[in-house]
Amino acid sequence: MFLKKLVVASAMTLMAGEALADCEISGRVNVVGNEFPAIQTVGIGAKECTGGKVSTNLTADHQKINVAGMTGNPAEYTSAIVANSSIVALINEDVIRPLDDLVAKYGQGLKKNQLITIDGKVMAVAFMANAQHLVYRADILEQAGVKPPSTYEEMLAAAKTIKEKGLMEHPVGGAYMAGWNLAQEFNNMYIGMGGEFFEPGTAKVAINNDAGVAALEMMKALSGYMNPDFLTHDSNATNAEFRAGNVALMNMWGSRAATLPDADGVDPAVKEHMAIAGPMTVGGGKIPATTLWWDGWTVAKNISDEDAAATFKALTYAIRPEILNDTTSPQAVWLINGYQPTPAAQGVFDAANAGSVPYPMLPYQGLLHSALGAELSDFMQGKEDASTALADVEAAYTTAAKEKGYLQ
Amino acid sequence: MKHKTFFWFILPTATAMLLFIALPIVSVVTQSLFTPHEQILKTVENCTPFNCTESTVVDLDATEQQRAEQPLGRWAGLSIYLDRGHLATAVIADAWTTRTSIGDFVDRLGNLPFYRAMSFTLTYTFVVTPLLIVLGFAIAVAVNSLHRHLKGLVIFFSLLPMIVSPLIGSLVLFWMIDSRGVLGTGLQWLFSNPDLSLKASTELTWIMLIVYGVWHSAPFAFVVFYAGLQTLPQDTMESAMIDGATRWQQTKYVVIPHLMPLVTFVALIQLMDNFRVFEPIVGFNAEAHATSLSWFIFNDLGGETRLLSSASASSVLTIIGVAILLSPVLVRTWRDFKAKG
Repeated sequence: MFLKKLVVASAMTLMAGEALADCEISGRVNVVGNEFPAIQTVGIGAKECTGGKVSTNLTADHQKINVAGMTGNPAEYTSAIVANSSIVALINEDVIRPLDDLVAKYGQGLKKNQLITIDGKVMAVAFMANAQHLVYRADILEQAGVKPPSTYEEMLAAAKTIKEKGLMEHPVGGAYMAGWNLAQEFNNMYIGMGGEFFEPGTAKVAINNDAGVAALEMMKALSGYMNPDFLTHDSNATNAEFRAGNVALMNMWGSRAATLPDADGVDPAVKEHMAIAGPMTVGGGKIPATTLWWDGWTVAKNISDEDAAATFKALTYAIRPEILNDTTSPQAVWLINGYQPTPAAQGVFDAANAGSVPYPMLPYQGLLHSALGAELSDFMQGKEDASTALADVEAAYTTAAKEKGYLQ
Repeated sequence: MKHKTFFWFILPTATAMLLFIALPIVSVVTQSLFTPHEQILKTVENCTPFNCTESTVVDLDATEQQRAEQPLGRWAGLSIYLDRGHLATAVIADAWTTRTSIGDFVDRLGNLPFYRAMSFTLTYTFVVTPLLIVLGFAIAVAVNSLHRHLKGLVIFFSLLPMIVSPLIGSLVLFWMIDSRGVLGTGLQWLFSNPDLSLKASTELTWIMLIVYGVWHSAPFAFVVFYAGLQTLPQDTMESAMIDGATRWQQTKYVVIPHLMPLVTFVALIQLMDNFRVFEPIVGFNAEAHATSLSWFIFNDLGGETRLLSSASASSVLTIIGVAILLSPVLVRTWRDFKAKG
């Protein structure tokens, strides 16, 4: 153990020494982003740069502040770390700059598939991929005599067996908190059922159909095996349930699953028997009921070219191949050169290989997401039927889309 | 006071009020009457680590031009106020004409975000306000009759709920009433029902929020009433005692009438505060069961796409709501003032 610490410590010193040599910036860098482990690593990496002031604000509420923090001139944040969904708001508000010239100047180490291009212009640099997939307890499934499920129908059956055998009271976990999380679970299930969110080529929503109803019915069936407080559980709370040994099966983010057993006080059985598999399909569909995500960083538009160059250099430095080590590699499916997939990455790789679709980058997708988050909880509580809930979602979305000028 | 002296005396306050109260209200009202331009969309090729696809994006150059021509956006009039997210007049009219029964109409009304939020907000306001006044009064009377050595300590502990920031207070309670928390498990054991969950039932969530509201605000009422009790006219109390009034009669005929102006004051402040209930909804993750106008504003501004016009309309509706709630109290105060003058 001591030896390992020593190795890590000397590696850190080496990296720090290298930092002095490699990342010399002259400008202000201020990064806003989400707070999961891989992004923390990127934040720490950027802070190693010297010569300029580097600060970060990594918080789960990043989406509430990034647009406001980049609208002013000069912008408070010189960079926002975003994903497929959250970049849309930044592009709609025109607060991030094209990176083509900076990539040409300082971005030789970046791979082509890291560059997120919109209308031919590089708007973000991706550093990791993410997806929700199955996380389960191998020991509990073995005791129940069931295989790890590959479909949601099998998950239900497995949950039923686990509950009937008295192994667990609430064997299924899910981030079903009303709001963003619940909407995301619907998106997964709806895509798995083969649904399309909008009438092709328009902003007109079309989810009140058989696929939508089937998706909701499946979510309702699953919630029957969840902790009764499920409408207040986000992914952190769901992880806490899994860590405490109360959950055997859950659909969880790759970026959070890998570090699941690392926290203090995790039940030893969970540490030993936690296993990861690809995402599940549903309703006999071929496309897994999940979405692919990338996380990447952007550079603000309303800042000086000097600050923009400093931000680009610091963040490129933060995602260089040398950041990968025993601690950071399992944190994510890195899109960085030289990344060797760890066992924890299996779920996300399976998701990509099984033909999962990326979360849509449409300008009005966020409005639908908000409408879903606000209107689906009535159905989950059994207060209304699936079709009424979906009609409510459509009405709420249409109201918002009209206000924003996407629909007349 | 001379007019000139009065002018200089009031100037700093008036300026501050103009800057921080009047101007923001004007700004919010303006924003609620305009909406963003119609979006000009175009189809482009987007490339991500997974694939390249044809996708729709907003045409920024065209948008920029529109914004330069009309910086405020499109004139929307009252349409935001009347849309489904707010007063939903068209939906209500439709629900009324196609109703099968009054119950059906009320159900459909309850399905609209604004009316659902109102039903919670008004219940919360009208249950919490009287309860906290009664509780605050009871604590004040009790503390006032304590030995003076004990008073300081008891006052400190009685004030704690107000000292704790509302968000933290509600989070602490939130974890305690979790089905794995101390109170949640306790209740499950008490009612021997392992599926009992305070967070899963709308009724229990409402009760929990109301209990929290009383817990949090009672100290305010207590402090005000306790201060009032210190000014109680001792000679009136003594005459009451000589006349043989019981403790209850003294309270009813001397103490309460003496504190009545303070009750009006506390009611005024608390009606206003409770109508804007927000922190406990966020702290308790209770949005599935209970929402308020303030929560709407938070939700409109917190999504991936911000709805500024909608949030502004909710703000204006909040101001109107508070004005309506306070009008009886204000009218009474005005009458009292006129009667005295």
